[in-house]
Amino acid sequence: MSVQRRGASVDIAGLRREYLSGQGSVVAIDHVDLKVAPGEFLCIVGPSGCGKSTLLRILAGLDKQTSGTITVDAAGWAVENAMVFQDSGLFPWMSVETNVRFGLDTRGVPRAEAAPRVEAALKLVGLTRFRNHYPHQLSGGMRQRSAIARAFVTDPGMLLMDEPFAALDAQNRVILQSELVRLWEQTGKTVIYVTHSIEEALLMGDRTVIMTAQPGRIKQIVDVPFPHPRDLLQLSASAEFGKLKLDIWRVLEEEVNRARAEMEK
Amino acid sequence: MSPKTQERLLYLISPIGLIALWQVLLMAGVGDRRFVPAPSDIAWRYWEMVASGELAKHTVVTLWRVFAGFFLGSIPGIAVGLLMAMFRPVRIFFDPLIASLFPIPKIALMPLLLLAFGFGDASKIALVVTAVFFPVVVNTYVGAANIEKIYWDVAKNYGASQWVVFRRIVFFGALPMIFAGLRISLAVSFIVLVAAEFVATKAGIGYLIWNSWELLQVDIMFVGIVTVGILGLIATVILQEIERKVIPWKAE
Repeated sequence: MSVQRRGASVDIAGLRREYLSGQGSVVAIDHVDLKVAPGEFLCIVGPSGCGKSTLLRILAGLDKQTSGTITVDAAGWAVENAMVFQDSGLFPWMSVETNVRFGLDTRGVPRAEAAPRVEAALKLVGLTRFRNHYPHQLSGGMRQRSAIARAFVTDPGMLLMDEPFAALDAQNRVILQSELVRLWEQTGKTVIYVTHSIEEALLMGDRTVIMTAQPGRIKQIVDVPFPHPRDLLQLSASAEFGKLKLDIWRVLEEEVNRARAEMEK
Repeated sequence: MSPKTQERLLYLISPIGLIALWQVLLMAGVGDRRFVPAPSDIAWRYWEMVASGELAKHTVVTLWRVFAGFFLGSIPGIAVGLLMAMFRPVRIFFDPLIASLFPIPKIALMPLLLLAFGFGDASKIALVVTAVFFPVVVNTYVGAANIEKIYWDVAKNYGASQWVVFRRIVFFGALPMIFAGLRISLAVSFIVLVAAEFVATKAGIGYLIWNSWELLQVDIMFVGIVTVGILGLIATVILQEIERKVIPWKAE
């Protein structure tokens, strides 16, 4: 089976984000050039503070670059992007169903049209039975599933994911990673996935972008050679996977050390 | 006895013990019962006033004033608090007003309000409104301004308009703090109203207390005081029940 890829394409050129702080300015990201193909599953890894979240927030329209351009072609999609946050960001005062419908309500989709779409999204993540629960009644994994459903239901050109499984326990993380990969294999949507875990990036993505420590630049882009559909558990135990992971660790280690030396200076 | 039952007993011991001590001391001849009535005298007088309908008459007047003032003060309080959190100019406009008017003891406004609204219910209700408004505004504002940043991000990323943000996020996000403000305001409304009823009125629990003091009917005075306590307790319990219904997402 090959994944039928369809989704937004992104062209990022010369992106730079500078924050003004008390004493001078901090460059969060600099010289970022990146092309994302329609339907690509792209992972971005880097040491903390490398600006990977900043990049994602700019793509999500939650932050603005200081200079550089982003061109997104999301023609044919209802909305350009939908973000899944690290801490689900579900509204505690809305039921799961209302949360999932949120992005449709804000865009004025009539209830009659929204209902079957919400239904399908809930089914997609296996939460149909929990539609009337409030977020505090759900486990962390179920909350992230709801957040994913909320993103999918809007039919976005791409999904932006900011370490969505970082707060989950190890077992739940593995389960949700597999589910996300399965969802992606079914839909072939563009995904930009930020994580600090190399393992996660290699397990799920088509390509992995490695970023340098502050200021965040692209250090290397790695093509992940594993074919889809993937069995994540099997893949994570394979020798090829282990070797690739080690290679990338070497690259990243350099960055982590450099970042630490920078801080101790 | 389970620890839970022990705690409950302990909870009751202090008030019951105090009342019992009070009763015993007076029966033993400590103090003058004309000036300091025993709990049994107060209970007896309470029963008489309930039976004659006199207590009900004053209670209805006081409750009407409290609730009219409470609603008229808290609804604009909530609206202004939310708008302050959403729009900077609104906050800048209201901040100095609140900072200067909040600390004024509201009972000090009574003569002014009598002048403006006359001797009827309107001046008492207006006083409660001024007392209720400020705690509700401040609590609502704090609640709305401290909504976690991620909810604003979600709203923006999912294309919510200002109106949707206001109606579906800021309001609900502030609701727990709004209720905290309402609880304070409810107590404050009883406090200022009973004081206001000491003057320029012929009905209400405050009038009952003040009038019995002037006539040296100390037992009636105590009946009035106890009644205010009971009314406050009942009103607070009702408000808490409403809160539980309105905020189902607050984990038990």
